[in-house]
Amino acid sequence: MTTLGQISLWLALLVAAWGTVTGVLGAKRGRPELIQSARRATYALLGLLAVAAASLIVALVRHDFNVAYVAEKTSRNLPTVYTIAAFYSGQEGSLLFWAFVLSIFAAAAQWLTPRRYEPLMPHVAAVTSAITGFFVAVMVFAANPFTRLPFTPADGSGMNPQLQNPGMVIHPPMLYLGYISIAIPFAFAVAALISRRLDTGWLHAIRRWTLLSWTFLSIGITLGMWWAYVELGWGGYWAWDPVENASFLPWLTMTAFLHSVMIQEKRGMLKKWNMTLITLSFMLSVFGTFITRSGIISSVHSFAESNVGYFFLGFLILTAALVGWLLWSRLPELKTEAALESALSREASFYFNNLVLVGIAFSVFWGTMFPILSEAVRGQKITVGPPFFNLVNIPLGLLLLALTGIGPLIAWRKASARNLQRQFLVPAGAMLVMAAFLLAIRYSDFYAGVAASLAAFVVATIVQEFWRGTTARHRLHGENYVLAFARLVGRNRRRYGGYVVHLGIVTYFVAFSGLAFKREMEASLKPGQSTSMRSPYGHTYTFTHVGVSQYERLNRFVTAASVEVSRDGKPLGVMSAEKRQYVDSFNRPQFNPSTEAAIRSDMREDLYVVFAGSVAGTEEAVYKFTINPLVWWVWYGGVILVLGGIIVMWPGTGPTKASLRRALPGYAVTLASGTGDDA
Amino acid sequence: MKARTRVLIGGALVVGTVGYLMASGIKDTGVYFLTPSELAGRVTADPSFYNVGVKMGARVVHGSIQRDVASQTISFKVTDGTQNYPVVYRGLAPDTFTDDVDVVVEGRLMPDGTFHATTLLAKCGSKYESVPKA
Repeated sequence: MTTLGQISLWLALLVAAWGTVTGVLGAKRGRPELIQSARRATYALLGLLAVAAASLIVALVRHDFNVAYVAEKTSRNLPTVYTIAAFYSGQEGSLLFWAFVLSIFAAAAQWLTPRRYEPLMPHVAAVTSAITGFFVAVMVFAANPFTRLPFTPADGSGMNPQLQNPGMVIHPPMLYLGYISIAIPFAFAVAALISRRLDTGWLHAIRRWTLLSWTFLSIGITLGMWWAYVELGWGGYWAWDPVENASFLPWLTMTAFLHSVMIQEKRGMLKKWNMTLITLSFMLSVFGTFITRSGIISSVHSFAESNVGYFFLGFLILTAALVGWLLWSRLPELKTEAALESALSREASFYFNNLVLVGIAFSVFWGTMFPILSEAVRGQKITVGPPFFNLVNIPLGLLLLALTGIGPLIAWRKASARNLQRQFLVPAGAMLVMAAFLLAIRYSDFYAGVAASLAAFVVATIVQEFWRGTTARHRLHGENYVLAFARLVGRNRRRYGGYVVHLGIVTYFVAFSGLAFKREMEASLKPGQSTSMRSPYGHTYTFTHVGVSQYERLNRFVTAASVEVSRDGKPLGVMSAEKRQYVDSFNRPQFNPSTEAAIRSDMREDLYVVFAGSVAGTEEAVYKFTINPLVWWVWYGGVILVLGGIIVMWPGTGPTKASLRRALPGYAVTLASGTGDDA
Repeated sequence: MKARTRVLIGGALVVGTVGYLMASGIKDTGVYFLTPSELAGRVTADPSFYNVGVKMGARVVHGSIQRDVASQTISFKVTDGTQNYPVVYRGLAPDTFTDDVDVVVEGRLMPDGTFHATTLLAKCGSKYESVPKA
């Protein structure tokens, strides 16, 4: 099977090169047969990479340990779901995953994009083929998933226990789907640049793609937080680790892009900026893949272990140079069509929102790369950690939260005093009431207090919008409130879905502010002994050690320590935290023992219990207890956000589509003449 | 023109704030990342470098780990091949912390030559290369 995979990869490399050349040449010379060939190359890539992916999965499932990748990532007793997940858990496999998924997206883009964007498609095919070709080249020349060993081991080395978690099965693919799907809007941007079709056509073509990748990224990041929280056992979900930061960076620039394209669509402004943002997002998503895979930053090892890093570096430099040159040569065509009329306007608020988002991205990038930068510039390696990121990003994040409330409500062009009063009187009141309430209860953390007050402001703006829209429909169309609400959202999905996304973001902020009230305690307890701890809400939790038990499971030995928990004297049940020793099929230990925290969640706070070990083989256990307020809301913020994203993306039969249909001849003219403006 | 100027001033304020926060963040929270040899060189050159917060990246000396579960203290030796330092750490060690792994310890070198660590990070062994996380 691996021979088939090998052949597919080599063929994919050739087809990718062919698709790139024919796409560009075909469009330039106007040769339909070449254009058709480029399009077919995109579909052929999908077929070839599907075969390669299937070969690797078959090798994994059949436990073909003669294949180096299979031997390194799995073992005979690994549950099947993780054996399949090993497809993307290592470097070589995840490169294949990247290329394969990109070929799916590229084919979908060719297949699904409406005919009116036809002139862009050969270039899109060229760009997606080139990117796919890059990933295939890295596999073929540096990190081949089908490399065979000179011998066949009896069993593989197994999977890192930290990866054996349901979250780990879906988190990397989600994140990758986000990273990879950015390539499609990027391809359209480059296509618009090459073909000089720089009206808003390409922006309309990628609306759903952009939001799709943004939603995948959000899900991926949130699942990553969840995985870190339940699996790593340190009691938190975000540590400003380089790999986490790498996933956050494209999310930030994509968020900026989602907002600034609205300015270009409505007012024909920020054209160069939007090109820059989408290119940056694509490069950061490749950088994210690269940083995860090369260990260039987090590892104390040098990155000489694998030369994959140089491929990525070269690819990033090439991308930047190519897009930079295209932008430079098309500058006159990217002139803004309107001037900013007022500092109090939707345009200005989006401009500030973009500055803050890119500012956060820059500071996160700077902080992540600082050890490398300081060593290169001053010869001294200086590192910054969570205190740096919190110091910089908490104030910026709060500024962003305020703009989340202001942006959607402030008028386009120029906000009048009347507009400001009508939109912000009630929300500002809500914010003041919240602030007064927090002062009254002596809320002890300044930033958490500001976050909660701003959250009240933003939620009030959103509720006000839904309320006004619903009551207006009720009055005008005589619909009952439920129907009016449903139609309001259904017929303005982009706007009201956007509000729901904002609600999700507010929920995250509120959840993050809970971190200010985290409590931790360590205790060594003999059976029957107990210890207690006060929660930030004033409850007293008592933990009574029950005992330590040992048992065997599927592919691991488990040592579990149990505590009885009670809140203010009322029993809440038993929590069992585990130490696991994973073993191979010959019962030989693999990896270090791993920690499995016990977590009890409710809307107000989480109890997080870690079993650190028993004292000299007795039943006396050392525990770490953590009380984490509001963690629950991180996960539910994610659910709300995704719901909002789905509302915006939902393909429907509402007036949106009808208006698009009406606009169709207009677009055709626009594209044909290449000069029109449909803003 | 007036609107444009106002917005530019606002933008300059945002950029300035980001710059200021970053500069002060690095000044206040940045710490040196040193190998044991570099750390030894520093304290020889300037004894006031004892008791300064630093990060040290090194490898755990095989068989040097001593755990006292009751007091949650872990003592071990780290090396970069030429210079060794004994490290004392109080707290829970990560699952990946074991003999011969690369660790990053953050803390202070005491004048008695022991390194008092407040955080302990262990890198995954080469056996499972880079762990995809978060």
